[in-house]
Amino acid sequence: MISERAMETLIRLCGFSTILFIFAIFFFVFREGSGFLFTGFRPLEFFFSPQWYPTSQSNVRYGALALIAGTAGVTVMSMMFAVPFGLGAAIFLSEFCGPRVRETLKVTIELLAAIPSVVWGFIGLTIMNSLIIQIFGAPIGLTVLNGGLILALMSVPIIVSVGEDALKAVPDSYREAAMALGATRWQMVWRVLLPAARNGLLAAVLLGVGRAIGETMAVLMATGHAVRIPVSPLDPVRTLTATIAAELGEAPVHSEHYQVLFLIGILLFTITFAVNLIADLVVKGVRGQS
Amino acid sequence: MAREKHIEVDGLTVTYAGKPVLNSVSFDVYRNEIFAVIGPAQSGKSTLLKTLNRTLDFIPRARMQGTVKVGGEDVRRVGNVYELRRKVGIVAPLPVGLPMTIYENVAFAPRMAGVRAKSELDARVEHCLTQAALWDEVKDRLDILGTRLSGGQQQRLTIARALSHQPEVLCLDEFSIAIDPVTTMRIEDVLKQLRERITIVLVTNLVQQARRLASRTMFLLEGQVVEVDKTEVIFSGSPASRKTYEYVHGIFG
Amino acid sequence: MFQQTKSVQKRLRQEKLARAVFACMTLLMVVPLLLILFYLLYRAMPALSPGFLLTNPIRGMRAGGIWPALVGTIYLVLISLAVSTPIGVLAAVYLNEYARDNWFTRIINLAVVNLAGVPSIVHALFGLGAFVLFARMGRSVLAASLTLAIMTLPVIIASTKEALAAVPIPFREACWNVGATRWQTIRHVVLPNSVSGILTGVILQVSRAAGETAPIMFTGAVFYKAVREGDPFPYGLLDQCMALSMHLFTVSTQVPEVPAALPYATAVVLLVTVLVVNALSILVRGYVRSRKKW
Repeated sequence: MISERAMETLIRLCGFSTILFIFAIFFFVFREGSGFLFTGFRPLEFFFSPQWYPTSQSNVRYGALALIAGTAGVTVMSMMFAVPFGLGAAIFLSEFCGPRVRETLKVTIELLAAIPSVVWGFIGLTIMNSLIIQIFGAPIGLTVLNGGLILALMSVPIIVSVGEDALKAVPDSYREAAMALGATRWQMVWRVLLPAARNGLLAAVLLGVGRAIGETMAVLMATGHAVRIPVSPLDPVRTLTATIAAELGEAPVHSEHYQVLFLIGILLFTITFAVNLIADLVVKGVRGQS
Repeated sequence: MAREKHIEVDGLTVTYAGKPVLNSVSFDVYRNEIFAVIGPAQSGKSTLLKTLNRTLDFIPRARMQGTVKVGGEDVRRVGNVYELRRKVGIVAPLPVGLPMTIYENVAFAPRMAGVRAKSELDARVEHCLTQAALWDEVKDRLDILGTRLSGGQQQRLTIARALSHQPEVLCLDEFSIAIDPVTTMRIEDVLKQLRERITIVLVTNLVQQARRLASRTMFLLEGQVVEVDKTEVIFSGSPASRKTYEYVHGIFG
Repeated sequence: MFQQTKSVQKRLRQEKLARAVFACMTLLMVVPLLLILFYLLYRAMPALSPGFLLTNPIRGMRAGGIWPALVGTIYLVLISLAVSTPIGVLAAVYLNEYARDNWFTRIINLAVVNLAGVPSIVHALFGLGAFVLFARMGRSVLAASLTLAIMTLPVIIASTKEALAAVPIPFREACWNVGATRWQTIRHVVLPNSVSGILTGVILQVSRAAGETAPIMFTGAVFYKAVREGDPFPYGLLDQCMALSMHLFTVSTQVPEVPAALPYATAVVLLVTVLVVNALSILVRGYVRSRKKW
């Protein structure tokens, strides 16, 4: 039975490997950025100053507030579209449509999810760009709105998929009880299903948010290159993710600028880790209840 | 005639996550007899079988105390637990045809035990299917999926599979639950023939089946042994316990 | 018979309205998508031709084809597949067949979900720090493929887990009862009956790996590298390469005065590749469902 034992060890190793990889990601990204963390890092400036001049000859400043605001702005904008449409579609798929339509729509949403982010960025750069210029008369179309719409289309599939799972998890007995009391479908959904599936739907939204925060290529190409705090949806911005992608190629390896970009990576990792953790806890809360 | 003990159970107590399922169960099974275990549902009969071949190991949070010996060996101290499972075969209540051909179903256990020669496998497949009274019905279609057979055929296939690793003990756990009376009768005939070579432990909820087949019977109620004795005694007008009389005559259970 | 009272009528109207609103919301996501796809195809027409796929880019990538990018993507996809599939399948086997229901298993599941949620640019940073620099692979096909492999691992794990869980437990019990070991059971009964689910995961992995840009941007992909046209093995493991996704980014943002059809054509090739691969996985799923063995 030696090979049985060996096989089991190998399988266990592979099982633990995912934990190993998460730690490795954190470790190696931190390693590259840690130098700056302990020498020139000023947290107040980093988090609260919008002055981002990493390549200045005379006065180098690493204020990431504008970048954080850019990420937040684009994420909020995208969720404003993705949450109602995504949840609406989840409700429609789960409660209101027939099986054939459901299959077709699910396939379409799956294909929507498969579109690579660089293609979305390209769509934002070309089609969305000219649409925004035409409709709003803005000077440039690479704006928060552009990025927000693209991100919304990118995040909707995960909201629909997780949301639909959450609705399906509500036992049929709830539905039957409501209908037996004479409620219409809509009333049943609004008064019974949504409250019952609340946790799962919240988790769906959180996962959508996590997706939006972490997106790189699409926002790099669609939101413009202005490092400033946006005041209107028609302002161009730069997100945290786009900043890394845009500047890493130029920064000399192991320079201060390079290290700061890695630190932004740690920030992103931490944020998405927290969002995923909360979503997981929220869902487990559901399991604990039922 | 001194008969040899094949299975010895002493003070067996089993708990699932702290909940008691079997409580200080003790009994013996002799070689080449049909030993029946009767009792209402949830008495711990299936759990009892699982301790005999250590498939209890697969149930999380199950704890076992006391001794179970098969052929004189403590089951918890055997060198090779897979060898033990080949020695003590169990047929589950619901027929399970593995999703492979009939041939593969019966050849599976010998293959896993290391048998490679095709001639040997062919012989085993035919032998076991014959013993399980299934050969004539399937000999021309050994390459169809086991899952495509009827319920009664799948149950006989399961028995053939249990015989394929040449067990010393064959345990059947309520084998007639999902099959028709005619097939049940055929399998009962099979068991009567097998008894000459194998010891059989028959867990059943059909008390008349125990009466037909077993030489000794044990009445298990809520995890405890009420009575174990010769079948005639159990079914007579005066068994040792009043509860036995009531259960056997349908007054409860 | 039953006269519909005013309040019942109102509720029925509400019901119809709700249904219509939700249907519209769903369609509103789907219809623009189709319009976008057709528009892309329309703008790409002038540049699409068989030569486009088989020749090098010329004149600073303002003309010519995308051959090196196409081959590069295939390299990256195949190598990352070769690495992530065994690890992912075995990890899923552990989670579904061996792991007990305790806090440690929950941490592993959490790690898988988190791995799936790590931003792609952070994967790029990791690949840069770990493979390019620490492991001294330099910017190379190898480093980029390994980065992609870790990024797509969760996809394989999730699909495999689902496929394994679909095999009913009684099959496993039947095997254990005849003396098969856990691994024998997995190898001879569980895995063979999960192959189609695993295949679905593999196909999805391929589609993700082909489409990602950020993770390969700093770990091995370059703007431009001409290779022998028609040669299927132009890259060595430690060479840098072009890739379709990277190329789309390059020609749409880094090259001035590109004739418009070129980036559209690149986008269409990438999009069609990815969509076809995904459609394949959907077909495989449908085929599997119709050929159930139990």
